[in-house]
Order: sequence, then structure tokens, then C-alpha cells
Amino acid sequence: MKEVAMMETVETIDVDYMELDDIIEKEFGLNKENLIMILQTIQRRYNYLPKPALAYLATKIGVPMSQIYGVATFYSTFSLEPRGRNIISICLGTACHVRGGARVNEKLEELLTITDGQTTEDKRFTLESVRCIGCCSLGPVLKINEDMHGRISSDEVKKVLDQYE
Amino acid sequence: MKIQSLEDLKKISQSYEKQIYAPEGIKVNIGMASCGIAAGAQAALNKAIENYKENPKIEIRQTGCIGFCEQEPLVEILAAGKPRMVYQHITEDKIIDIIESYLAEDFKTHKKLILGQMRDPRSLLDDDLKNPVGGIGPIDGIPFMEDVPFYSKQVKIAMRNCGYIDPERIEEYFAKKGYAAFLQALKKTKPSEIIDIVKASGLRGRGGGGFPAAIKWATCAKHHGDRYIICNADEGDPGAYMDRSILEGDPHSVLEGMLIAALAIGSRQGYIYVRNEYPLAVKRLVTAIKQAENYGLLGENIAGTDFSFNIKISTGAGAFVCGESTALMSSLEGKVGRPRAKYVHTVEKGFRESPTNLNNVETYANVPAILLKGADWYAGMGTAHSKGTKVFSLVGKINNTGLVEVPMGISLRDIIYNIGGGIPKKKKFKAVQTGGPSGGCIPEQFLDLPVDFDELTKVGSIMGSGGMIVMDQDTCMVDVARYFVDFLKDESCGQCNPCREGLKQMLDILTRICEGDGKEGDIETLEELGSMMQKFSLCGLGTSAPNPVLTSILYFRNEYEAHIRDKKCTAGVCKALFHYEIDADTCTGCRVCAKKCPQEAISGEKKKPHVIDQEKCIKCGICYEGCKFDAIKIC
Repeated sequence: MKEVAMMETVETIDVDYMELDDIIEKEFGLNKENLIMILQTIQRRYNYLPKPALAYLATKIGVPMSQIYGVATFYSTFSLEPRGRNIISICLGTACHVRGGARVNEKLEELLTITDGQTTEDKRFTLESVRCIGCCSLGPVLKINEDMHGRISSDEVKKVLDQYE
Repeated sequence: MKIQSLEDLKKISQSYEKQIYAPEGIKVNIGMASCGIAAGAQAALNKAIENYKENPKIEIRQTGCIGFCEQEPLVEILAAGKPRMVYQHITEDKIIDIIESYLAEDFKTHKKLILGQMRDPRSLLDDDLKNPVGGIGPIDGIPFMEDVPFYSKQVKIAMRNCGYIDPERIEEYFAKKGYAAFLQALKKTKPSEIIDIVKASGLRGRGGGGFPAAIKWATCAKHHGDRYIICNADEGDPGAYMDRSILEGDPHSVLEGMLIAALAIGSRQGYIYVRNEYPLAVKRLVTAIKQAENYGLLGENIAGTDFSFNIKISTGAGAFVCGESTALMSSLEGKVGRPRAKYVHTVEKGFRESPTNLNNVETYANVPAILLKGADWYAGMGTAHSKGTKVFSLVGKINNTGLVEVPMGISLRDIIYNIGGGIPKKKKFKAVQTGGPSGGCIPEQFLDLPVDFDELTKVGSIMGSGGMIVMDQDTCMVDVARYFVDFLKDESCGQCNPCREGLKQMLDILTRICEGDGKEGDIETLEELGSMMQKFSLCGLGTSAPNPVLTSILYFRNEYEAHIRDKKCTAGVCKALFHYEIDADTCTGCRVCAKKCPQEAISGEKKKPHVIDQEKCIKCGICYEGCKFDAIKIC
């Protein structure tokens, strides 16, 4: 179970309903069974799941909003809040853990003054912990957007973060 | 072109065999699985393509991973009439040099970068193919791949093609006898006979439970309705990544395994449920499915018969519990992934309330090999009740990190010390954790245990999906137990009390112990909670969740006691329970620690022993990790 965000606190953004229609209808054929993959596509587009898009999706595929909210909060991939420009995934899988991943995580939290799941005020970084990205030989591993940084020690964290705007 | 028969397949594959074994030009295979890419393979590939774009004789290609992740990026170079060389640690700055040295047949200058020379592709399926080294004399002083310790005890079946073929070219899979087993079965074998072969092979599910695959298939085939075939690729165990590697390196072996299962069970529709964290695996699967459809190996009326089968891909969304079969099926239906009690098994009522057969990636990948080489061959490997091979991901505090496929029954000692090369920095082995968060920690006294499904269960752990996390003296077992409970508390779906509340209570107690507030009776409470969860949780996640705690108490009770009574963490992990000191006799006064310390807590004159100001020290461990002379001690 993950901590859930209250939908009311989330800012509104412009949702392109025509585009949303294409995703729901053309790509996923209005199929309820594709709900998770539709949500993934929406999140890829907006970087999070905007409430208006979910409300529209609910009417479109005939799944109650409560159920969509249930799915969106059950799976750790989804975020109901806007995320930062750069997504940091710190691996806390077992192999990274025994090689000191927690220390790297502490350093990140200290430098960014945010904790797991939070976004910095300037929207530069969102910090997310993941459990194993399958690069155990390079542990501890830090993934920023699509870049993998392997064999990271806590004193190298700042240097890595500086590469991202 | 649609393939209609084995003859059609043979024609296509013959023209590609040469490409794989002895190409006319120079072929450079760069290992491009996720691990290779993370180590810099993509940059090396780009550089090589750019450099040789005017040279049609040099072909730069991608392959999957041959398993030796520690040495990534791995590059293999071959050509007709030349030895077949595997190079290690080939990053962007080295790739051109090694290709040039290979062209010049200079195997001395960069000898340190050569991992070995390949005599044959080390795949049991190819032993009747001509030895590609052929008439070329081996190069003196360079070991054959099968003599490299990491590979010497390995037998590759599930990973037979990983790293040897381009996963995005179905023809290369054909050339490795791909789809031959399926076509043979389609044309000549009755469904019941297929099940008989799998039964005789003794194949057990590689995903965790070890349930005999043939029994699952046979029961599913008995129930009426639209039967479904599902491949569980939601590899959530932290520290296990063999399924990712198979999907990235040889996706067709999984598709072929699913086709054979579909044939045996009588199914028209298959699903692959892949972790969202594996984008490359998804990409290669999509490519593979399209290619198989183009050749008529998936779709309607396959090879002119009345057998039709389609495969769809569905991605997970980051929920560990979805590796459980009923939760996975619920997730596949677009719902929250909560398991249900299995009064009625999924082989009777599973996905969409229909009979469903679910196996994992590695299980399916084994199936074509079993049909090609026969059940006796497969059953000839392994132990009495665990046949064939198993892929393990050897990670943690181990020198040779990587994926190893070994016959069942090999000892833990063999895996860790012979294949894995032992513990780095000459530190002391403490335990090996198998089976992920549902498994247990196995101490040194059981290192000679033959690894199979039953033996691991006997010592309180499980085979699981094959994660093997090696821990040394610097690993605190209480912290590890706390780590797993913390993981599972986050991943518990929350619908049954024993799992949801039990994990929370366990975490509270373990956290207290790690923070120095443990009290007498805590260990007993943990044991009681654990036994309650094992008995009363709804699904496998809950019933196995206490395993890491219970096994660590069983084998490392003294560490728990040291935490609670003496307030000491001898491994130097639990911050409240230790401090660092500099050993004045060993310290050379090199100043490295003083420079690195973020708190400026270390002082001392050059070439004289340093001291740590305990008031300032935040126990970040940077000095401990950085000291070359082991002068910093945990007290």
C-alpha cells in the first residue's frame, strides 16, 4: 500500500481531450481491461495523472472514478501529483541495499531536502525509490530519467545531480 | 513469407547459420541488454557504427547478455577463418582499438581485455553443428570460454541463445533451431504426447513455487472454456533479473515455449505480463511478436493447420504482489492486483473466469529445448526431484556478479566460490539470501548444500525465482530482515489482516531493535508473529513474508541479541549501535579520509595517525569505504 495523495490538492492543467480520445479509442479500443496501460500512456504524456483526464477516462470506458482512483493509487508507477523535470529513481533493491544504496539515498534526501515520492519546490527533481531495476552488477544504482549511474558512492551524488537542469 | 513446414524453416535458417558461426566479413557483437547499456555499451555501439560506416566488411551488431555482468560491456568479434574472441570492459574509448587489433590478428596488445576465445557457442542444442573454430588453431595463452571459471560449471539451456544471436532478428533464432520444436510438435505430436514429454522431463515451474509444469498443463487442458496461456514476466524479486535477460536476449524462445504450451493445452490466446520497469524487454517482445506473425508462426491457421494462437503484451505498473498468479490475472483485467484465495485453482477459473495456464519466462524458455533434445536428456541433469538447470542471479558482495545457469544440485559453495570468485576485498562470507523477500538467509554451515527446490526448503529458504544475494561481514542480518519487511509492508495489498498488520508490527519491532531500543522478548514476539502470518495469510506473499526474519533469527540469533542486550551492531550498519575509530597502528596519515569527510570530523597531521571527532561524525561511512589501509574500525 502506498501513501495516497488527495486529489483536491492538485493543481489543474490543460488536458487535450481530442488527443485523449485517440489514446483511449484508437490505441486501446475503449477496452476496460486496458485501464492500466491507458493510465501509463496518460502519465507518459503529462508526467502525472491529471484529475480532469481521469474523470474523462471514467465516462469514456465506463469504469467508476472510484475504481480508477483505486488503480492509480494501488500501483506505485502512478502519480496523482505533478512531478519534476528530472525523475530520480534510486534503487533500493537487495543487491544495491547490501552495497550501500541506503547511504546514497540519505545523501539525495539531504541534498534535495525531499523524501521518497516528493518533488523539489523548483520542480527540478522528483525522488522515487525503486526496488531493483535489474542492474545488480552495477549496484548501488541511480537512474535519472533514462540515464543509469552505476557504482555510485554517497560522495559522488552531488556531481551526478549537477548534470541535470 | 509464411512458413508452412519444417523444410521451409530449414531453408531460411541455413542461410543465416553462416552469419552466426562464420561470417565472411568481420562481425562485432556488442552485448546490448540493460546491464550492458548501463555499463556503456550503447555509446560503444554508436562509436563503432560511426567509425566503420564506410566499411561494408565490418558488421556491428547487437546481442543480448552472456551473463557475465561484472565484465560489461562485453563484445565478441568473429570472422570466417579467425578465432572467435570475447572482450570485456569495452567502453566507447576502447572499442575501435580492439576491433583494429582483431583485424591485425594481434591478440597480445590488449590481452587483458580478452575474456576468452569461444570454441563453440556453449549451447547444448548446437552440439551437432560444426565447431566454428574449425581448422583454426587456438591462440596460445588465451583461455577458452568454457575454461573461464565463471563459465566452467555452467550449462545453458534457458539462456542458450542469450548473447549469441541478435534478439531483434527472428532468422538468427531460426538458425539456432528456433521454432523447429514447435513446428515438429504442431505437425507430428498429439497434445497429450507433448504433456507426456514435459512430464517425463520433470520440468518444474521456475517462477518460485516449483510446481510441476506438466501437471498444470494437463489440469488446465481438462477444463472447458476459452483457455488462456499467460507468461509471468513480472519479475519483482529484488536482485533477480534472469527473466529480463532472457526477454532481452532471446524473446523468441519464450514465444515458442508459449506456442507449445498452447498446442498442448488447446489455447488460442496468450498474454505476457511484463514489468513496466523493463522497457527494453517490452520493445524486444513487440518486435519478436511482429516478426513471428510475419512468418505465420503466430496468428490464424499457423503453418496451414487449424491451430491459431495470438500473443498480447500487457505491462505491469509496479506492484510486487502482481507476481502472484491470481493478482496478476486481476491486474491483466485492468483491476487492482489483489490476490484471491485459491479454493478454485486458476487452471480451472483464472483470467476472465476461464481455465488459465500461467508459467514464468524461464519455464517457457526451457520447453523448446526439452522437445528438441528429449525428456531423458533434460531429466539426466539435476537431482531426484529437481531436473534440468536453473538460472541464478549472483549479486551482492561477490566478485563475479552475473547470471549463471547451472545444473540443479550444484553446491552453494561451487556457485559462490568457483563461479562467483568469492567475496571481494577478502572479507568473510556471512550468508546467502535466496528466493527474494519470500526466501531466507542461509549461513556458512550449509554452503555444501546441493541447490534444488527441496533442499533449500529444508533449511527454511526457497528457490524462488533464483535471486542469490551474497552477504559478507559488513552486512547486518537484523538490518537485512528489516529491509525485507519494509519492502513487503509497502507491497502488501492490504486486504488480509495477518499480512497487513503482521508486517507493520514486525517492522516496528525490527526498527526499534536497529535503533538501539530493542528489549527482551522482542525476538520471541517476532517468532510468534511470523508463525501466525505463515498460518493465516491469504496468499503466498503473506505466508512467506516472515521467512527472512525467521531464518535470520534461526541462524543469527546472536546478532539480534547483540543488538538488544549489548546495543552493538558489529557489522557497522545500524547507526545508533556503533561508531568508527581510526586504528593508530594501521593509519598511515594519508589524509584521504580527512579530505573526504563531509563533516570535517577527521583531523590529524600528515603521515601521523588521524582521529575522528565523534561529536561531529554522522557515520556516513565514506571514510570506511575510502580507506585503502583498513585503518578505520567499527566499534
